[in-house]
Amino acid sequence: MLDYYNITEEFSEEEKLVAATTKSFTDNEVLPIIEKYYSDGKFPMDLIKTLGELGLLAVTLPTKYGGSELNYVSYGIAMQELERGDSGIRSFASVQNSLVIYPIFTYGTDEQKNKFLPKLASGEFVGCFGLTEPDFGSNPGGMLTTATKTPKGYILNGAKMWITNGSIADIAVVWAKLDGKVNGFIVEKGTPGFTTIEMKGKHSLKASVTSELIFNDCLVPLNNRLEIEGLRGPLSCLNQARYGISWGAIGSAIASYETALNYAKTRIQFGKPIASFQIIQEKLVWMLNEITKAQLVSYHLGRLKDKKLDRPQQTSLAKRNNVDIALQCARLAREILGANGILNEYPVMRHMANLESVKTYEGTHDIHTLILGADITGIEAFS
Amino acid sequence: MNILVCISRVPDTTTRILVGGDGVSIDTQGVKFIVNPYDEYAIEEGLRLREKNGGTVTAICVGPDAAKEQLRTALAMGVDKAVLVKTDKYFDSYFAAKNIAEVSKEMKPDIILLGRQSIDFDSFQVPSYLAELLELPSVSVVSKLTIEGNKVIAERDVEGGKEILETELPCIISAQKGLNEPRYPKLPDIMKAKSKPIEEKQPVEVEPKVSVIGMEIPSRKRIGKILADTDADIEEIVKSLHEEAKII
Ligand SMILES: Cc1cc2nc3c(=O)[nH]c(=O)nc-3n(C[C@H](O)[C@H](O)[C@H](O)COP(=O)(O)OP(=O)(O)OC[C@H]3O[C@@H](n4cnc5c(N)ncnc54)[C@H](O)[C@@H]3O)c2cc1C
Repeated sequence: MLDYYNITEEFSEEEKLVAATTKSFTDNEVLPIIEKYYSDGKFPMDLIKTLGELGLLAVTLPTKYGGSELNYVSYGIAMQELERGDSGIRSFASVQNSLVIYPIFTYGTDEQKNKFLPKLASGEFVGCFGLTEPDFGSNPGGMLTTATKTPKGYILNGAKMWITNGSIADIAVVWAKLDGKVNGFIVEKGTPGFTTIEMKGKHSLKASVTSELIFNDCLVPLNNRLEIEGLRGPLSCLNQARYGISWGAIGSAIASYETALNYAKTRIQFGKPIASFQIIQEKLVWMLNEITKAQLVSYHLGRLKDKKLDRPQQTSLAKRNNVDIALQCARLAREILGANGILNEYPVMRHMANLESVKTYEGTHDIHTLILGADITGIEAFS
Repeated sequence: MNILVCISRVPDTTTRILVGGDGVSIDTQGVKFIVNPYDEYAIEEGLRLREKNGGTVTAICVGPDAAKEQLRTALAMGVDKAVLVKTDKYFDSYFAAKNIAEVSKEMKPDIILLGRQSIDFDSFQVPSYLAELLELPSVSVVSKLTIEGNKVIAERDVEGGKEILETELPCIISAQKGLNEPRYPKLPDIMKAKSKPIEEKQPVEVEPKVSVIGMEIPSRKRIGKILADTDADIEEIVKSLHEEAKII
């Protein structure tokens, strides 16, 4: 595995073991099956149980709720290895770890924590996170979904779109406006007035379920509200997930790089391996260069996060940079593989297509540019 | 059941090995070390025996301080406790076996499990030395193990077939690939392994029975044979893959 600056030498014993376990999982359970699921447009449901058993769905959650109680660097390493397999598998784990378990652990009542966290950690329950709406993506603060308090509970009305795991979820963490302020609610599958529709026709993240969530006078019990108000609730979750994505993108980039490197060394044109041509070498070195920088960014961000010294803008930089370079690595790898690059015998085209989603979700590339721009100039370009 | 599993720290199978400046050891600079792959089968078998019969699994390693990393892997797989017989010197199989034997005499395990060989020096000696030093029965290169009460049935692969042996506990078993499918450590167990004890012991110093006087990297000449798809050529390819490259 590409590790030009020997970053793994800085890993603790536990972090090395997390890397080894997740690597074996990806090599043995994901890579042999993923192309088939991807081309069939299906999520490999059978993996959920193993992901849960290995502790990959609740990496930082305390053991008393069934989590692995490891640090953020470990979480990052796990996401990197999963996305070396496929962005869809990593997306599943990101949603469960950062977008469902994190808000329930951070903003949930004891009752909610005890009821949901152990099942989410083991994979018995799948969760989803509903923030985006058909007309509100980059601007979630404008959301139209509402919650109205009644003595019997909260009544939700509205629709969410592009929701990962939506149709396979046992619970949804849904963000809706209560008296004009964004609030979070746990909505259980089967609640009357709550339906999901799986979105079809994706050319990207095909091995991941994406759905619409529809709330039609959906009555949610009073004690299913999370104890947080305002956009900072969902944004804090996104910050967790984006951190993991910054590592995940490195895994995807490594898959493209290693495929291209092996191919270039064995593909003969003009009587020699194409790796002997300077233009090919330049492309490979570009990947090496960018992946190495990305690794250092995420690794250091993880260490900051473990010391609680990180700022969300630093996560924006990592997500923005790493996904972007991963996508460029996939494109360069595709070029190096020539026609073979478009075949599903190699993973690069799948990674390339996946990364188009990853570049857009969790704050688009451009929105992160604006977040960073606002941070350094003090002037918000998007409000 | 009191189970002792011996593990050794070996260079990663994908590492490129270079001879050190002294000409009698490998250059460890930049080399990643792992649990000897055959020992993983021994660990797994130990864990399964505990799951079936109760008891404790102890891992032991003779090696440098850095070998704690490999012991930690064993602990994360589910081993209960670990012993490191700490030495920074070069040591031979006899030294390793002697020191494991000393610890075994105190521990009195019902069974000692090891890998069939360490993939670093491939001497295949520790299991037999240990059997001799402890005066215990031993079966080596075992690919299937059944224990009922005190009766031990061990299957071993022999050229073109199987050999089935019977012995009694306490005994020594060295593991062959295929004995089981070793588990990978689960993340919660990795976390829990942090707080499991690794006891450090000083070694019993014994003179090595053998010493290394030279080490060389084999030089490989490319033969560059070109074979086509005639039956004779195919037979030759199969033969050379089997006998020369030894990969089938
Ligand atoms: C596969 C997939 C899975 C997803 N999973 C989830 C999920 O689980 N939960 C969830 O809530 N959401 C999810 N999303 C939604 C995702 O977060 C949104 O798609 C994303 O926030 C962008 O919103 P949008 O698609 O509506 O694009 P828009 O916001 O309409 O943006 C369109 C373009 O305009 C640009 N733009 C917008 N505003 C500005 C501005 N002020 N200045 C400059 N440029 C701007 C954007 O950068 C983008 O290029 C998922 C999306 C995909 C594709």
